[in-house]
Amino acid sequence: MTAVTWHIEVDQHACMGAGLCNGNLPDRFRLAGGKAVPVEARIEPDEDVLDAADYCPYRAIDVTDLTTGDSLVAVD
Amino acid sequence: MTVTENESSGQPGEAAAPPPGCPMHGLVPGYPFGEPVTTELHPKYAEIREQAALTRVNMQYGGEAWLATRHADVKTVLADRRFSREATVGKDVPRVRKAVEELNIVSMDDPEHGRLRKLVAKAFTVRRVEQMRPRAQEIADELLDKMLASGNTGDLAAQYAWMLPITVICEMLDVPLEDHYKFRAWIDTWLTLGDEHTLEEMNEARFEKLPEYMSSLIAKRRAQPGDDLLSALVAARDEQDKLSEEELITMSIALLATGHHTTANQLANHLYILLSRREEWQKLVDRPELLNTAIEELLRVTPLSPYSENTRIATEDLELGGQLVKAGEAVMIFPAVGNRDPRVFDNPEDLDLTREHNPHIAFGHGIHHCLGAPLARLELQVALGTLLRRLPEVELAVPAEDVPWKTDNVVRGVAGLPVRW
Repeated sequence: MTAVTWHIEVDQHACMGAGLCNGNLPDRFRLAGGKAVPVEARIEPDEDVLDAADYCPYRAIDVTDLTTGDSLVAVD
Repeated sequence: MTVTENESSGQPGEAAAPPPGCPMHGLVPGYPFGEPVTTELHPKYAEIREQAALTRVNMQYGGEAWLATRHADVKTVLADRRFSREATVGKDVPRVRKAVEELNIVSMDDPEHGRLRKLVAKAFTVRRVEQMRPRAQEIADELLDKMLASGNTGDLAAQYAWMLPITVICEMLDVPLEDHYKFRAWIDTWLTLGDEHTLEEMNEARFEKLPEYMSSLIAKRRAQPGDDLLSALVAARDEQDKLSEEELITMSIALLATGHHTTANQLANHLYILLSRREEWQKLVDRPELLNTAIEELLRVTPLSPYSENTRIATEDLELGGQLVKAGEAVMIFPAVGNRDPRVFDNPEDLDLTREHNPHIAFGHGIHHCLGAPLARLELQVALGTLLRRLPEVELAVPAEDVPWKTDNVVRGVAGLPVRW
């Protein structure tokens, strides 16, 4: 079993509720009050979540590696 | 456009005429309900939205469909992958356009849609687009300088609203700006409903002229790559095999077209709305801090398209707004109609440039949410902000009712916006 070492955070100010992350990964993100929130904040490594962060037009999703504390989301 | 002479059966995917005197048929309203008038919505939408979540309509082409009119249901149709766009490709599904749906990023389902979107998504994020603001400002100022130097009258649509987004997308793709007369004519012929154009004309523009033009630009990038978005797409094709040659051409056409056509029309329409209601224009002149809030409100009330478009097909039996939708049935949505749902918006028919709570879906929702939304917002902010600041006295040169509107286009837009200052 893969260890839970990643942390997802959605910036509630930056999020516009476009629904891209939720549309792509309904198991990882849901919409609450018009904004995206992670279904589970702590997850096992999942490249799809990094893709979702890249997709987000508002750059509202951050993913950190809990073992290093570093952000895994590419800076554009 | 007449809506009475295309009666057809209720089976999606079939265009067969119903038996004469079919008793069920008279109950189903024809769609569109009527010709679009400026940026207004036909009153029938508000009427049916209160009667039922979904309404059966008989579409211009392809038979009957469900029309969803409530904000929540429109969002569900846009976000729930059981409503397929790809199932419409190449088929005679219920729709308003004469042409059948073609395969492109707008009509693909995931994962194929995601594969293509990922290639360009980073170029259009808020952060990346924000870096273009100084250049967009420069372009807006130059266009305005030119217009002001030419006299005291002009066409605010042609000389300003259109040229800003065109210049920006040409620079992003490194497409020669002087070609815009050429590619705009092809794009305008492609993106028609088909009332005034033949299918042959539409197909020639989309499948011959535009690909020929794009292929020649792609060949130049292969010989001499640059740091533009088209070069990046060519590299994704040649070096990483992320997309096929045909997809590369289709994608670059889509970027060039949607990269200006939508924003240009919206911007011109926003200017029409504000200048035809002088007190609203003045409100923004007096209170420039309202600009961004005002733009969101203008996006909410300005329908992008004349009618409901982008048909979805249910891939399984499901329930939407309490109504059973069967597998294979078509569902139509119109974001502009959802944007006036009183369940979500107070006084939804009113233009309120100070509206704070505004979860509009003008850019769509879910996986097809407008890729270029951050760029569109930036261009709208720069264009409108510059005009309010530098030319607050600008006014319509003709009565509002004499402003000409385009016909036979998939996007609503003024055909010109005569102004004086």
